[in-house]
Amino acid sequence: MAACARLTRALLVPGATLGGPRLPGLRWLSGSVGPGQAVYDVVVAGGGMVGTAMACALGHNVHFRDKKILLLEAGPNKVLGKLPATYSNRVSSITPGSATLLSSFGAWDHICNMRYKPFRRMQVWDACSEALIIFDKDDLDDMGYIVENDVIMSALAKQLDAVRDQVEVVYKSKVISYTWPGPFLDAETSPWVQITLANGRQLQTKLLIGADGHNSGVRRASGIQNVCWPYDQSAVVATLHLSEPTDNNVAWQRFLPSGPIALLPLSDTLSSLVWSTSHEHAAELVSMEEENFLDAINSAFWSDASHTDFIDSAGSVLQYAFTLLQPTNSSARQLPPSVAKVDPKSRTLFPLGMGHAVEYVRPRVALIGDAAHRVHPLAGQGVNMGFGDISSLVRHLSRAAFNGKDLGSLSHLTEYETERQRHNVSLIAATDLLKRLYSTTLSPLVLLRTWGLQTTNAVSPLKEQIMAFASK
Amino acid sequence: MTPWLFSDKGIMCLKSNNIIFAYSDKMKSYRYVGMRLYSTSKTVDPKEMKTFKALAYKWWDEQGAYAPLHSMNDLRVPFIRDNLLKTVTNHQLESPLSGMKILDVGCGGGLLCEPLGRLGALVTGIDPLNENIKTAQQHKSFDPVLDKRIQYNACSLEDIVEETVETFDAVVASEVVEHVNDLETFIQCCCQVLKPGGSLFITTINKTQLSYALGIIFAEQIAGIVPKGTHTWEKFVSPEELESLLEPNGFLVQTITGMLYNPFSGYWRWTENTSLNYAAHAIKSSAPVETEEHHTKTPGIDGQEASQK
Repeated sequence: MAACARLTRALLVPGATLGGPRLPGLRWLSGSVGPGQAVYDVVVAGGGMVGTAMACALGHNVHFRDKKILLLEAGPNKVLGKLPATYSNRVSSITPGSATLLSSFGAWDHICNMRYKPFRRMQVWDACSEALIIFDKDDLDDMGYIVENDVIMSALAKQLDAVRDQVEVVYKSKVISYTWPGPFLDAETSPWVQITLANGRQLQTKLLIGADGHNSGVRRASGIQNVCWPYDQSAVVATLHLSEPTDNNVAWQRFLPSGPIALLPLSDTLSSLVWSTSHEHAAELVSMEEENFLDAINSAFWSDASHTDFIDSAGSVLQYAFTLLQPTNSSARQLPPSVAKVDPKSRTLFPLGMGHAVEYVRPRVALIGDAAHRVHPLAGQGVNMGFGDISSLVRHLSRAAFNGKDLGSLSHLTEYETERQRHNVSLIAATDLLKRLYSTTLSPLVLLRTWGLQTTNAVSPLKEQIMAFASK
Repeated sequence: MTPWLFSDKGIMCLKSNNIIFAYSDKMKSYRYVGMRLYSTSKTVDPKEMKTFKALAYKWWDEQGAYAPLHSMNDLRVPFIRDNLLKTVTNHQLESPLSGMKILDVGCGGGLLCEPLGRLGALVTGIDPLNENIKTAQQHKSFDPVLDKRIQYNACSLEDIVEETVETFDAVVASEVVEHVNDLETFIQCCCQVLKPGGSLFITTINKTQLSYALGIIFAEQIAGIVPKGTHTWEKFVSPEELESLLEPNGFLVQTITGMLYNPFSGYWRWTENTSLNYAAHAIKSSAPVETEEHHTKTPGIDGQEASQK
């Protein structure tokens, strides 16, 4: 698949005109809709982790107690009756900032009662050199948490159920169309967003929040352009059993030329694998024998085959210099635990890509989560950016509600957009840059990144800044 | 009687004042000869109504001619809400104004009535211009909650004084007193319709050289922030004059604070300086009323204090 930029074009309806800037949708109403339909204040389209968390956060918000909220989800209800003994293979790294959001409406307690694994340290190193960087907090606090996606969904669904008087949830609902009012309102056209479901039900809402993933239908229907390109990589995930039980509170990531491989702790004996590599290699990994698969993982972490003498000596020169300047700062490379077994049905793969919506908001619509941005998993930031979007949007909507404003008004929505784009664009750019930088074996770039990594590791304030930015 | 003409390209000329508005949007062209004069009223000025009539349908375009008024809601709604909340002991945060009856005099297209309605109040909006009331009514009709909480009437304040004696918890006269003919009668009518201890909220423009330079010359004629002909400098009211009219007519002035508009960002902010726009809060004093000064931050608002007079 060629990696090339493409802009997704919205559907063009014959006869519609693009009037003025920031007008949502190229499809608008020409007639009126029945007056008897309920008008929702907020409809969240998409019941994944981010959509459900958004609906939860609004439902638990004190200024939204008299408002009507609806969550539309195409799949079934995800509350786990009983926690399954086997771990799921899709996990997320949750930052302390996201954990704060989840605890603000009580979902974090459910997660703690189910299962999660805090980690205290992260070691990231290169396959082509000795350079490494270690992140940890001075006070040995938890840096982040590894939680299975199913556990998060279940906790969110439970909290959503707790506010079922305010938040209506429609499962297994497929949306056929979204329509926005045109720019020239007259006496008959309703100023609200009209949503038509597959079962014929029609809804109206003052604000539509699109949380429907990177192929967002809301984003398409509203005419927001998306800058995206597919990476030439797929991610292989699996649940692995360690050879021997250990404290397992370290997250490991090694940058191989084919892509980063990461081992995330799940429990004292289990870890989750996320290995981003080329599509062919990924397909091989998923279908090969268990023993070969385990060997491949272990050697990916341990083998120094990609080292070259030149880089090694250049790296050790700089390392020696740092040791002279800061003798107390020792960063000896540690090796991750070896893996002995893989859960039989846990090996799977999914393709990776990058995406960023040019606008996050238009009148009466806002995008959050993967609908607004899609990122490579190497930084573990995907869902955390979504939770950050939720924090920001809930704050702005809450203030708007307390001021009696029309929730779909662009004035506060653009404040959310500015705030989040500033954060997200830098993070996505940095992640994309890292991915490209580490995908090569060309000596000059390897040298650059070796020295860069060693320097960053040695300069503590810089490391702290990076951790602070990524933990929001 | 001045004939108004709308040409095909949407250029409207108000011949008597030589004011030209240019609209580039598609617009129906129509001819409108003559003008309905309203019944003689001491407070309503017919000349003022001419200007507003032309823009009746533009009220709800948030980026249009009334954009500054829309963004002024960010200041005046919290101002009204927070000062009213001080008079009640317990309230729910999600419907802070529920149970309150508010009268919005000169409501225009209902820009201020709707937020107050969303906060739970029962709002009566009055405006002498029928077109404004029609626009307001049409706009609220789509929202079932607001439809029940707000009612509009095309009339002037004096018309309703008799039926509504001591009915309202608050009267809001926002951007209105600089358009009325007889301010003293207006204030007396406000006093009559308010319950004892009720609040009067006024936002208006000060009568200073600065307000002439910025408010009339810059805002109207140069930058077009305010449609031309909207304001007459002679009718601006200074805070001192306002206070001197409020105190003898049964009011105790609680707060006067300045407001400043940034035409580049489109946002308003509070300021100490009242030489341009300002907001005033007064309480009808027939019943024993607290007049302590407050320096409180209301929960849920960021950084906005109700300052002392």
